[in-house]
Amino acid sequence: MNMPLAKVAVTSPAVTAAKPSTATVLPIVPKRSSLKARALAFTTNAFVTIVPPVVMIALILVVWQMLCSQPGATLPPPLTVLNDTWELIVDPFYDRGGIDKGLFWHMSASLQRVALGYAMAAVVGVALGTLVGQSTWAMRGLDPIFQVLRTVPPLAWLPLALAAFRQGHPAAIFVIFITAIWPIIINTAVGIRNIPQDYRNVAAVLRLNHLEFFYKIMVPSAAPYIFTGLRIGIGLSWLAIVAAEMLIGGVGIGFFIWDAWNSSRISEIILALIYVGITGFILDRIVAFAATLVTRGTAAN
Amino acid sequence: MTSYLQIDHLDKSFLRGGVISEVLKDVTLTIEQGEYVSIIGHSGCGKSTLLNIVAGLLPVSAGGVLLQGKEVNEPGPDRAVVFQNHSLLPWLTVYDNVRLAVDKVFSSTKSRAERHAWTIHNLDLVQMTHAKDKRPGEISGGMKQRVGIARALAMEPKVLLLDEPFGALDALTRAHLQDSIMSLHQKLGNTVMMITHDVDEAVLLSDRIVMMTNGPSAHIGEILEVPLARPRNRLELASNQTYLKCRQRVLEFLYERHRFVEAA
Repeated sequence: MNMPLAKVAVTSPAVTAAKPSTATVLPIVPKRSSLKARALAFTTNAFVTIVPPVVMIALILVVWQMLCSQPGATLPPPLTVLNDTWELIVDPFYDRGGIDKGLFWHMSASLQRVALGYAMAAVVGVALGTLVGQSTWAMRGLDPIFQVLRTVPPLAWLPLALAAFRQGHPAAIFVIFITAIWPIIINTAVGIRNIPQDYRNVAAVLRLNHLEFFYKIMVPSAAPYIFTGLRIGIGLSWLAIVAAEMLIGGVGIGFFIWDAWNSSRISEIILALIYVGITGFILDRIVAFAATLVTRGTAAN
Repeated sequence: MTSYLQIDHLDKSFLRGGVISEVLKDVTLTIEQGEYVSIIGHSGCGKSTLLNIVAGLLPVSAGGVLLQGKEVNEPGPDRAVVFQNHSLLPWLTVYDNVRLAVDKVFSSTKSRAERHAWTIHNLDLVQMTHAKDKRPGEISGGMKQRVGIARALAMEPKVLLLDEPFGALDALTRAHLQDSIMSLHQKLGNTVMMITHDVDEAVLLSDRIVMMTNGPSAHIGEILEVPLARPRNRLELASNQTYLKCRQRVLEFLYERHRFVEAA
């Protein structure tokens, strides 16, 4: 359909002029650039995104090395860190029982706690947010409570959670849950409240039932807001897990850091911090990527 | 005598900040099957409120609306609305926007294949089949409005309600769409109620023009028959005496007898 139309427009403008309704809808066929040009563009792009951070990191490492190599320095310079922790870096999978495990096991234990707590927070948060966004009375009743509770620092919940669950593991998961849930609730509620009246009118004229309205209008319309909440939530969970694990002990990257401090293995702390930072970054990117997949087209209006 | 669509002694008031403001007062209007009626008036005169009441999106304060003798008190696909800002769902493709309406209205009466064919048929009517896989964000304002019209037509409404459908479009696109609407009305014989503030548009498209007085407590000031034969051609009408006379009548009503004072 597209091709003949384009042809008509090129060969005989008079014909298109006679059919004004089709003349406005000429399809734009994107020009395919040559392989060479695309390869060049890709390389330039990679160069532009990769080179600046690499240069900066090198610069920071050099400065750090110079500062910490002086006599009396309290922190190890990067080369010493690398030297001290080489074993941990090359063999993250060792397991000598107890808490003497490779970094992979510590990270995976922390990630599991975050996954569980965060998943529960996402489900409950979206549900509560929908309720608060949709019902004026639920909002009046619940919103003040949420506004107060969300300011409670994550770790303040830990003793209460320990008292309730009597075990470190579920208490840590609860802390993740309670940390991540507030931004998810609040953003979902805002998203639901901001569904344009036009969409509600369309739903009314079509007589969509509640379930159809939820799936076909509410979720897609509020999706950008929900994902903002989810993204803030994953960041906060990852912030909270390290602190919580320092207190509850056991296997986990938080306790690994605390344990290293108690044994004065400063280099290991630095390595763990780098791992925590990179993992947090990856988690954020995963949620952001999911958001672009789900909300494609929603913003374009 | 019962008419096709009957608006009977309709009052509408809103409660705003503890103050009751009466928007519509004693509006009575009947529309026959297949008739094209325009409602024209200055902004704020309550013409959109009137349309929303007929659509069932707003409740009446007194009086009522009857469609084929049955009272209207909730929205439904038998009174499909083409909204001023198209109101397409941006996360659905053009096809899916129309299909959503088709699936909902004909869920029990048409098979899957028939619903697909009916969706395509309605996109064909507004010449939008070529863009059926595009999202609303990727097509122009005029095209969006075409899809909005296709969605409304696909519901096979008893009354088609147009809420300033071309108000947000540039003059050339508007003329294209007016011509499309005219030929669709000719072909399908829909009953149409259109809100507009464009005098030329009203005269060109309508069988009757309902002129509203200024609010508050707006009512019908005058109803003008447009005795022009169809199909109408905008170029020929430009010098047609009847057309010019009708146009003159509406202009006089709007700018002499019911000047919009606040606008000045």
